[in-house]
Amino acid sequence: MARPRLAAAFVVMGLALAAVPAAADNRGNSKAQVDFGIKAAQRELWKEALYRWKRAVEIDPTYAAAYNDLAIAYEHNGQFDEARVAYEKALELEPNNVLIKQNYDLFREINDRANRNGDR
Amino acid sequence: MIGRTATATGSTRRLVTFGAGALALVLGGSGCVSFYEIPIETPIQAKLDVSPFQRVHVVGFIAGGSDDVDANLETVRLLRSQLRTRSGLRVIEADVLPLAEIAQEMNAKEAAPADAAPEKPTTDKPTEKPGDKASTASAEAVDPAGHSSKVEGQAAGQGAAAQPAMVRVRDEKSLASYEPIFANVEYWKKLGEEFQQPLIVTGTVLFTPQSKSGMVSQTREQYDQLGRRVVVPTRVYMERKGYILRPKFIFIDGRTGTRIHSETFREERLYPSQQNVPALSSYFELMDDVIPRFLNVLSTQKVRGTRVLLK
Repeated sequence: MARPRLAAAFVVMGLALAAVPAAADNRGNSKAQVDFGIKAAQRELWKEALYRWKRAVEIDPTYAAAYNDLAIAYEHNGQFDEARVAYEKALELEPNNVLIKQNYDLFREINDRANRNGDR
Repeated sequence: MIGRTATATGSTRRLVTFGAGALALVLGGSGCVSFYEIPIETPIQAKLDVSPFQRVHVVGFIAGGSDDVDANLETVRLLRSQLRTRSGLRVIEADVLPLAEIAQEMNAKEAAPADAAPEKPTTDKPTEKPGDKASTASAEAVDPAGHSSKVEGQAAGQGAAAQPAMVRVRDEKSLASYEPIFANVEYWKKLGEEFQQPLIVTGTVLFTPQSKSGMVSQTREQYDQLGRRVVVPTRVYMERKGYILRPKFIFIDGRTGTRIHSETFREERLYPSQQNVPALSSYFELMDDVIPRFLNVLSTQKVRGTRVLLK
């Protein structure tokens, strides 16, 4: 009785170990894209930065920082709907990240202003 | 941070943001996270398509409230100067219209419909000053909607239609009674024709004194037993006075005379009662907050700020 359980446990462990490097690879690749995007943004190459951060979230859709950076690039482009979605995704992944919250609050202030449509 | 109810949510957000920023600095300093502060310019698209217009005409406002500031004249001057430097439209320089008087005259004519055709807009007429009137007598008159408003320079027994009076608008209620002028398509169309069909900017401006007393949140610096500086939030009773500015900007198509957009704002500034702030200074402080939003109706504005990029 104990043998099949042990075998199952080994299989699960094996799968988990195999998955760890794959996830780590994804995070590593995504991080490289994020880093490059940051360098591009610092040189005001926002188009390149946007592309890199889009790639980063494609490679690792669980990377909150990448979504945060992507949201900033969208905001810089005036694409408020896309920025909001990206910020919300970043906060969903890391709800307690004060820096993402800070960015999102500042974004909302501007977004509210942009969405005011006058009196009629 | 004194008494700005209009941006209360914004202020709260900024406070939270400041706290988060401070925390970020602490975390960053200790090497816990990798982040980079970056300046960004967020474009906010113009709310109105002004491509059919080459010229803009800020004609005048129905103004009221404090006697210390001629809100009509000051608002026209300020908006024209801002539009001259921060929009692509050519600004028409013409005399400021005493719109309240014109509105009153119009309403009086409508009340007595027996007379002839509507009068031509008085665009080339110089701005009338109270001193220009023949009589300086002061009287309490009833505005077109039946509200009491102070009228100067109008001799007793003269009809309002015959001689436009210096109108004193005190509150929003009496201001509302003059508003039908903005729906007078014929009037604005004629005015538009006269100035080669520009985008017309008009509206109402109420600049009223305000005083409040009550508990106010403040921060006070203190030093603890170890000599470290600490900031302690406190609540103190204060008497404050200041002004409320309520401008309503109405944008009219000079080709058709129809209203195409309107925006209403409300800004408030309160100062400690011992601080003697001139009304005109307060007016400009309040308009400073309104101007970017006004300009955003006509042109794309870029809002400068900073964000934090994360690794």
